[in-house]
Amino acid sequence: MDKSLHTVTLDRDKCKGCIACMKRCPTEAIRVRNGKAKVYYDRCIGCGECVRMCPHQAKLPAYDPLESIYKYKYRIAVPAPSLFGQFNNLDDVDLVLNALLELGFDDVFEVARGAELISEETRNLMRDGKLKKPIISSACPAVLELIMMRYHSLLSHVIDLVSPADVALRLAREKAESEGVPPEDIGVFFISPCPAKVYALKTGMGLDKPAADGVLSIGELYFKLLPVMSQLKDKPLKKLSKTGILGVRWAASGGESLGIYQNRYLAADGMENINNVLKAMEDGTLNYIDFVELGACPSGCVGGVLNVENPFVARVRIRALRDKLPPVANKLTDEKKDRSFYHWEVTPEAQDVYRLDSDLSVAIEKMQRIEAIYKTLPHLDCGGCGAPSCRAFAEDVARGETTLDMCSRR
Amino acid sequence: MTALHLEFDVAGNNFVSAGSASDEVKKTLKMLGVDAQFVRKVAIAMYEGEINMVIHAGGGKAAVDIYPDKIVIVLADHGPGIPDIELAMRDGYSTAPDAIRDLGFGAGMGLPNMKKYTDSMDIQSTVGKGTTVTMTVNFAA
Repeated sequence: MDKSLHTVTLDRDKCKGCIACMKRCPTEAIRVRNGKAKVYYDRCIGCGECVRMCPHQAKLPAYDPLESIYKYKYRIAVPAPSLFGQFNNLDDVDLVLNALLELGFDDVFEVARGAELISEETRNLMRDGKLKKPIISSACPAVLELIMMRYHSLLSHVIDLVSPADVALRLAREKAESEGVPPEDIGVFFISPCPAKVYALKTGMGLDKPAADGVLSIGELYFKLLPVMSQLKDKPLKKLSKTGILGVRWAASGGESLGIYQNRYLAADGMENINNVLKAMEDGTLNYIDFVELGACPSGCVGGVLNVENPFVARVRIRALRDKLPPVANKLTDEKKDRSFYHWEVTPEAQDVYRLDSDLSVAIEKMQRIEAIYKTLPHLDCGGCGAPSCRAFAEDVARGETTLDMCSRR
Repeated sequence: MTALHLEFDVAGNNFVSAGSASDEVKKTLKMLGVDAQFVRKVAIAMYEGEINMVIHAGGGKAAVDIYPDKIVIVLADHGPGIPDIELAMRDGYSTAPDAIRDLGFGAGMGLPNMKKYTDSMDIQSTVGKGTTVTMTVNFAA
């Protein structure tokens, strides 16, 4: 599936060709060419950092519009737990879930329920003791893609579990089918906090085929939910929530780790921090740690660029829900599923997006050329040439993607 | 063909920048398309070597030559030297001061790990003059 349609797109009129997004892209996937930001999508992990950084709102995260749900007769909303962190003084998550029904959905199924099941399966796997430690969570698709592109030797440490959203989407569909809804009428829609999940869920990362019929944005729904929620405020609400706080806490960094019930875990968030953790894992210095939870966004999923609220505020609100929800509400035994239901059907593979050549001798010659070019550059990393650093520029010249005269500071 | 030659200064007593040379080498090997299992061996061995230079020798120089079939890493310092190399090679033997151990280093596994993750390792050391460690990792299983 075309990544350009499902991660970020560019509003060409708004893009000024400044270097803000290019300098912050953690995988050096952006160049400024002919005065506009250009994404090399084979390197894009959908983290949304460029959306966050763009001073002109020219970077548009991709998602399906709410109207798209009407293609289906029976529509199920599957909201990420970060949705609950967007609203002030939320006493009852059922207020949000009831409002989703008012917006046109026929049923709701919380992703947090899938998260509680994945937590339990993670604990089972850790008890089995067959996994390579430190075990890396597979929950953040931007992190997973980063490892596939940059940290090949760590792929075998990634736990082979599908995402909580995929679990929830599939259980939601099965529930509707068991209630007699014709399968072709059912549409299951994930409500996402970030473009990385839009891409992962729409392409069905780790699955034979995607579980979602569409992926919506928390930000778009927020403004439609607000007026409905204020109308519903003093009316009796349907009891719809079936999650505990354990699943909801996955919304913020460290929440997933709480679900393993062990202490030797590491939870890091933000691209720079997770890169440092992954580098340390490569160097073999974190071998005493059991579980590593990595989230590309600052503060975890509540920091995703499709959210509305400041991630630190959202985090407080998620924590405050502890008093309103049971500790855990979903157990593997309730679902009566084979364990394989929770595991990858397709194992994500290493991608060679940075490789200079398939022949090592040729690659060495290219690298020598890069080194020679790099020595002639000013090492200012000013970005004026359209590359994020002098080194990236030297690589681009050697790959034949730009010319030396683009550097005006030599 | 000539090897790809890289050189790095390793600053002494600077734990913040420690590991930056091995980071660069890792990045280079990945761009060259060297198989992940060898990148990992190089990462572990070179990181340990770099940390050793920071802890014991006040820094030094790293010279790296990458060939189509192997990588040769030479870590040279002008530190105190190793009086008894055989003893230093034993698992758990360490002369790191307490302050370093408090940082989580100095477990006495540096040199043994460097040997374990490389295909050959040679140590030349003169007390009072310095140490040169030469490590080779072959790119073949």
